[in-house]
Amino acid sequence: MARARTDERSELDWLAIFCLAPSALYVIAMFVYPFMFGVYSSLQPLKGDAWSLKNYIAFFTDPYQYTTIKTTFMLALPTTIVVVSVALFLAYGMRRGIWLERTITTLLVLPISLGVIFLSEGILGFYGTNGWLNQMLLGAGLLQEPLELTHNFIGVILSLFMQNFPFCFLMLLGYISGIDPSLESSARMLGAGPWTVFRRVMFPLIAPGLIIAFALVFVMSFAVFPSAVMVGQPAGSTRTISIAAYQQAFEQYDMSYASAIAVIMGMCQLAALIVIILVRRRMTISTTMGAGKR
Amino acid sequence: MFRGRMWKLAIYLFLLGFIINLLGIVSHVVVSAFAKRWFGKPLPPAFTTDWFTYAWTNFELGHVLFITLFIALSVVFIALAIGFPAAYILARRNFNAKPILLLLYFLPLLIPQMTYGIPLATTLYKFGVGGTVAGVILAVLVPMVPLAVFILLPFFEQISLNLEWSASMLGANRMQIFRRVLLPLMIPGILTAGLLVLVNTISNFELAFLMAGGGSQTLVVALYYNVFAGGVRPVYSIDAMAVIYMCMVLSVLLVALRFVRPTQMVFKLDRS
Repeated sequence: MARARTDERSELDWLAIFCLAPSALYVIAMFVYPFMFGVYSSLQPLKGDAWSLKNYIAFFTDPYQYTTIKTTFMLALPTTIVVVSVALFLAYGMRRGIWLERTITTLLVLPISLGVIFLSEGILGFYGTNGWLNQMLLGAGLLQEPLELTHNFIGVILSLFMQNFPFCFLMLLGYISGIDPSLESSARMLGAGPWTVFRRVMFPLIAPGLIIAFALVFVMSFAVFPSAVMVGQPAGSTRTISIAAYQQAFEQYDMSYASAIAVIMGMCQLAALIVIILVRRRMTISTTMGAGKR
Repeated sequence: MFRGRMWKLAIYLFLLGFIINLLGIVSHVVVSAFAKRWFGKPLPPAFTTDWFTYAWTNFELGHVLFITLFIALSVVFIALAIGFPAAYILARRNFNAKPILLLLYFLPLLIPQMTYGIPLATTLYKFGVGGTVAGVILAVLVPMVPLAVFILLPFFEQISLNLEWSASMLGANRMQIFRRVLLPLMIPGILTAGLLVLVNTISNFELAFLMAGGGSQTLVVALYYNVFAGGVRPVYSIDAMAVIYMCMVLSVLLVALRFVRPTQMVFKLDRS
């Protein structure tokens, strides 16, 4: 083993360094360095002496600012739970492939590719008080008053769902259809019912991927910005932490405070990731991937 | 058997509901872009294409489209140029720092753009490129270089190392191996990576938005500002702009879907 190691290390020659350097240096210069710089400048407030935690103290003592963390959690967590459970239900049901699968998955790529701005514009029209949905419900006599679905909390949840559900679903579908189907057949042959197969065989195999999908969806929802502005109430019920950071940077021009909020936002996401990774550690990691349908 | 059918039915019903809502959202924008006036009726009483000419002149769409294409094509070119050699080495070699390097490439894709966009904007404004077209290109490249690397990586892994060895045994030097063996075999990979980077750059909002100044707005950023300023412009003209954006994204997407399966367009969970 030790020998193989030294051989491997010797493979990093000048050609390799020459090939890797541009992209690695780019990511370091444009991603790692700004991050460091952000932490550094957040500790150097605009006015006052060098090196102080003033920005962080200001954030955590101002209810207008620190409640954004709660608002963001209240948006991100329920959305993530619903998105992941619905996506798991559907992707599990479709693991053997279903009729029109290619068409369905292609349609689901649409919202991911069109992006959140286009979707939000459509949501404003479609779910608005004069939109098709309300017209339909009013016309069918199900409602007396149109539903208020945009410019509030629900609007942002709708937009997050439209954006994240296809993403999560396609991720899980790719993952679940990669599980060796013979495991399931063996379990069925040994007399396990569908529910037992899911709980005792398939779920433990899906769990590692499911946890990563949960982490990705949660972190993405936690940074929600454009839809919280466009279909939400950016001054009130959907003032998320990224809006707070943006306002400090581009409305107050206090880059130091803005960096502090960005650092806090990053820390919240990091904390969520660590919790999720710790949960994952406790699950057995499967080695049966890659034999199924591709 | 019966329960199995109910299960399938529930799946279809949910997907159908989701797709109807999705198509409703998209077609509402399209119908509104062609409406003369539209208020509280299932369909507008009269149709017109005037909003497209209105949007074209009032939003300076010619300029915006040019900027968008310029940024998108520059990003694709640079991402491929520096991502290609990196993906080759990552696919072919093993070295101690490889896991760290993979993590370094993975982080810009994992961490939301809004989180690192603000410190990045601070840095770029400090160096005087914030608000310029170059600033937008530099910022959007941060997630796109890793994206290109991770898309190209499996394509390199599929090319047998024997081909390179045979070529070099027959007297080809590194440049010839690259031009005559690797490059032709990598064309599908380069197309896939290029198209996916292209579609992601056109629809990238957060970074382009944080870095954009007056003359460096991409189409999607301009769309955001006009929705945000709602009421100033007629909603039909904003929808016309959204339709132009949609056509741009869809045309790239349709070509891209000839090369990739939809499940390949999201993170691959079994890699991480």
